[in-house]
Amino acid sequence: MTFGMEPYLALILLGFLPSEIWRWLGIVLGRGLDEQSEIILWVRGVATALIAAVVARIVLIPPGALASVPLSVRLAAICGGFLAFLLIRRSAFAGVLAGEAVLIAGILAFGG
Amino acid sequence: MTATMADIGPVLALILVGFLPNEVWRLLGLVLVRGLDEKSQAIIWVRAVATAMLAGVLAQLVLASSGALATIPLGVRIGAAGLGFVAFLIARRSVFVGVVTGEAAVMMGAYAFAP
Amino acid sequence: MSIGPSEHPNRAPGKVFADGMVAALRSVFFYVLLGNYVGIGALAYEFGFSLGWMVLSTLLVWAAPAQVILISTLGTATLVEVALAVTLSSVRFLPMVAALVPMLRREGGRQRDLLLPMHLTAISVWVEGMRLLPARPREQRVAFYNGLGVGLIMAAIIGSAIGFYLAARLPPLFAATLLFFTPLALLMSSARNSRTLLDGLAFGLGLVVGPIVAAQKIGLDLMWTGLIAGTIAYVVHRVREAKAKVTP
Repeated sequence: MTFGMEPYLALILLGFLPSEIWRWLGIVLGRGLDEQSEIILWVRGVATALIAAVVARIVLIPPGALASVPLSVRLAAICGGFLAFLLIRRSAFAGVLAGEAVLIAGILAFGG
Repeated sequence: MTATMADIGPVLALILVGFLPNEVWRLLGLVLVRGLDEKSQAIIWVRAVATAMLAGVLAQLVLASSGALATIPLGVRIGAAGLGFVAFLIARRSVFVGVVTGEAAVMMGAYAFAP
Repeated sequence: MSIGPSEHPNRAPGKVFADGMVAALRSVFFYVLLGNYVGIGALAYEFGFSLGWMVLSTLLVWAAPAQVILISTLGTATLVEVALAVTLSSVRFLPMVAALVPMLRREGGRQRDLLLPMHLTAISVWVEGMRLLPARPREQRVAFYNGLGVGLIMAAIIGSAIGFYLAARLPPLFAATLLFFTPLALLMSSARNSRTLLDGLAFGLGLVVGPIVAAQKIGLDLMWTGLIAGTIAYVVHRVREAKAKVTP
């Protein structure tokens, strides 16, 4: 996809979309709520998947000080954190704390 | 278009690919609920920026051509683009005529002025 | 029904703005943002951005996922790829602002008064605004929301400065812990907001598809991951809905 496609992508984005968006909006608003909510659902799915990809990226291609932490420790910390989240009444706070705790323990035990 | 942050600096990159793609949705939310008139200054500004960016892309495509286009002399590319635009205007703003003319011009020019 | 001094419609806008800021300080989101942005500030440092750039990004973008995308991909991806990922991650602002505007509109209000509240809208500001605005007289709502937004943005800026500073000065163990905060926080908040199979499936698929797509080295991997994984999750959702309709 990087093989010279960017110019055309940019053309579509910057040339076509700004004006098309108004037409699409007209259609969507005209058709009413049903179309809108389906589109919104799909977009939500895409955005959520995107965030997940960013999380995976940081864990698997870590910057700076995280890079010297063994991969297994990073993965264990993410999973440990998520597990704690699930077990402790879906508490984000607990999840983050647990994840950090596993990370620190892992670093101390296995170096990094 | 394979431009990265290194080409334009972090601040400009922040504004172009951080602020703009992000703010677009907030603005659309405002416009959809008729919080902002479509003809309002904000929307006019947005369309101006989008148009300017498009112009930049076009310029880059013509001037800094890569691949097969690069073998065609710069003067020919610019001339062909200009001819195509003039044809577009003459043919009562027909996109089809403009594109065909431009293509024809660039092909003839490539043939005639081949290095 | 008697109204207290702070609910008086003619209360000076400056005071109402200050009311908003106080509400921000008392909000749990103030501390959530503070903590969140400590991690993001550290990320900015590790990826080589300046503190000034980090603060500017908070002021201009004001969206944690988009900022994390910017920080972690601007160095390596092309601008088009980054723009696409950022734009996909921020679609939720459309319905948020659309829901907010009816609460802020009033007789004789100028259209451009809505621009600042529009820009200040982020999840935390919006949630608190939706909660607190109904209690306020309409004349006050714009100023209040602005105060709320500015207060919460300040939490983010302070947090990012702390994170940036710490990342620069802490030994590797602590720096790593700081950096890891962001993926953890993104994971937990996505998990908490996931009410349906669609959300959970989209996230799970994103985690799996992301590295696979990135390994293909075709560019725009974030966008493709979002589109592929998100669409699969959406299709699964639709299929289930259809089946549910058939079997009453």
